[in-house]
Amino acid sequence: MSIRCEGLSKSYRIGASQDGYKTLRDVLADAATAPFRRIRNGHENSNGHYIWALDDLSFEINTGDLVGIVGRNGAGKSTLLRILSRITKPTRGRAEVHGRVGSLLEVGTGFHPELTGRENVFLNGAILGMRRSEISRKFDEIVAFAEVEKFIDTPVKRYSTGMYMRLAFGVAAHMETEILIVDEVLAVGDAQFQKKCFQRMTEIGRHGRTILFVSHNMSALRSICKQALVIDHGKLVAQGEVNHTIDHYLAQISDDAQDESVETPTFTVTSVEISSESSPIIKTFDPVQVKVRFVPKTEIKDPGLYMSILTMDSQRLTGLDLKDFITTASLPAGEAAELGFKIESLPLLPGSYQLEIHLKDMASGLIEFVPRTFKFEVAETEVYGGRKLDRWFGNVGLRARPLAER
Amino acid sequence: MQSPPPVTLVQSVRTVPSFHIEPSTRWPSLGLRELWEYRELLYFLTWRDIKVRYKQTVLGAIWVIIQPLFMMLVFSLFFGRLARVPSDGVPYPVFTFCALLPWQLFAHALTESSNSLVGNQNLITKVYFPRLVVPISAVLGGLVDFAIAFVMLLVLMLIYGIVPGWQIVFVPALVLLAVMAALGVGLWLSALNVQYRDVRYTINFLVQFWLFATPVAYPSSIVPEKWRLLYGLNPMVGVVDGFRWALLGKPDSLGLPLLISIVVVLMLLVGGLYYFRRLEQQFADIV
Repeated sequence: MSIRCEGLSKSYRIGASQDGYKTLRDVLADAATAPFRRIRNGHENSNGHYIWALDDLSFEINTGDLVGIVGRNGAGKSTLLRILSRITKPTRGRAEVHGRVGSLLEVGTGFHPELTGRENVFLNGAILGMRRSEISRKFDEIVAFAEVEKFIDTPVKRYSTGMYMRLAFGVAAHMETEILIVDEVLAVGDAQFQKKCFQRMTEIGRHGRTILFVSHNMSALRSICKQALVIDHGKLVAQGEVNHTIDHYLAQISDDAQDESVETPTFTVTSVEISSESSPIIKTFDPVQVKVRFVPKTEIKDPGLYMSILTMDSQRLTGLDLKDFITTASLPAGEAAELGFKIESLPLLPGSYQLEIHLKDMASGLIEFVPRTFKFEVAETEVYGGRKLDRWFGNVGLRARPLAER
Repeated sequence: MQSPPPVTLVQSVRTVPSFHIEPSTRWPSLGLRELWEYRELLYFLTWRDIKVRYKQTVLGAIWVIIQPLFMMLVFSLFFGRLARVPSDGVPYPVFTFCALLPWQLFAHALTESSNSLVGNQNLITKVYFPRLVVPISAVLGGLVDFAIAFVMLLVLMLIYGIVPGWQIVFVPALVLLAVMAALGVGLWLSALNVQYRDVRYTINFLVQFWLFATPVAYPSSIVPEKWRLLYGLNPMVGVVDGFRWALLGKPDSLGLPLLISIVVVLMLLVGGLYYFRRLEQQFADIV
């Protein structure tokens, strides 16, 4: 067993002041008026109220587990990592941690622009809790990882962002702690940097160390982690095998938002629907219709619609632009309108997908992104007649038959 | 699947440290053992402060010499020449410079440590380590400046033909006392500074006031006898008098005021440590 949490809770005071700190002046003024206030209000409760960032969280993580933590912004993921990293204390509950913890809540904490790469490696290593001997031993490896051999004695203020990020991540990624805690650090940096980091984390995971990894990048979580925790409003709502748990989580968040209409500056989008023309559920290669219903707020002279299909990890699979097919008549302000496509055969394998919509007025060059995606499912069926296909087959269905059949 | 390398074996055999995370307590331990484990971080943070300070200035280390030298000249002119402040028979420049050294060490350490937590908030909110490392490294950063200025003092004494006696061996102990005094006050102020951000404005004021309450520009002998004990509550009185005694042989003896200073320093330090440790648990939430 590596980490055990029992009823972990954390409250923050909100209301009184945005920042945590006060000024002495406020306190003195408060103290001076307190007696009067108490008479008026009966009891003192002027300091705003408390919110629970974490609410009674209990779970166990075994040694060597690779655990992804998912949840919406503000769900409490970062608070949990901060408590497990011992940066902040829980308000209630307790946790037991077996092993040294290396936490990477930000890339390059403590890096100083005036110091050279070499100096920063040692400084940052010490800040992260590494011994000097450990850093010396790993130094060449870190520098090689960061690909900054030539610039290692240059102040990091002259580094490119990529070099800086690689070096900073490199130090943290070479810590030899039993537990590694990583917050959304990979969101920054380019694709190549991210790839490098994923590889390194996968490597670390193979060495029997425990990893806790917060990310919004679902494909990264799926590839690095074996398990996932879902946190919502400070509570643990699911824990289990990574793919299953993430699917469940993604289904949950899009269900929550499915029914409301969505506002953009010029349009009110009332619904986005995708349905099969041949069956009540959508199956691979079904003929389908996509209908986007909306009310324009001003007259749209030359309406346009751009629709893309994304995976749940927000990777764009394909798209359609209405203007490639027809020119639509102008739409008056305030009247419900409907635009859409008929897709003769939907080439998607079973799984969850989302539609992303842009509404346009080509006459004025207006393009508006509808700030929510619309989820749909392709039902699990035997696509090619045989067994059910799992995600290893990817997303795209191919109309195919064996060569021999002819 | 690749088989795990032998490293894993070694790691699982070695006993891993475990710890408990629990809500804040009213009376936390001082955590000195953990502080010792993080001594390398203490070294690196001190080293960073020193390095950056000298890298960012054009004149670099020369500032360390200019500052006390300039103050010595101003004091010598206004207090020594014009106001004719007595200097226990020692040439006034040497007399005041000898006191300026521990004073500047103290003032610098006090200011730096008081602002240290707020200045390092990016570390405090992102990484765990014993927070005591921060104000302590801020205090230690001034020792290099002190060492350079101390060499200058020896040169100055040589110029005036003053040879220090055997008491010079007490200088390290007095430096320690000055550093402990600065840390004692710095711990209180740094923790307060996190909670109440206007504390920082009072620090400069405090340091200025403290300078005049310390026998830097004048000898402590001009303070009336009946006020001496009260005066001795300022721990820097003991430190500065101690320096003059160790290097210049004046005053002839130290006695009670130094003892009072030591007691006051210890009280400030231990109280500061507890206060700091208690507030430390909330630093990351409010800084």
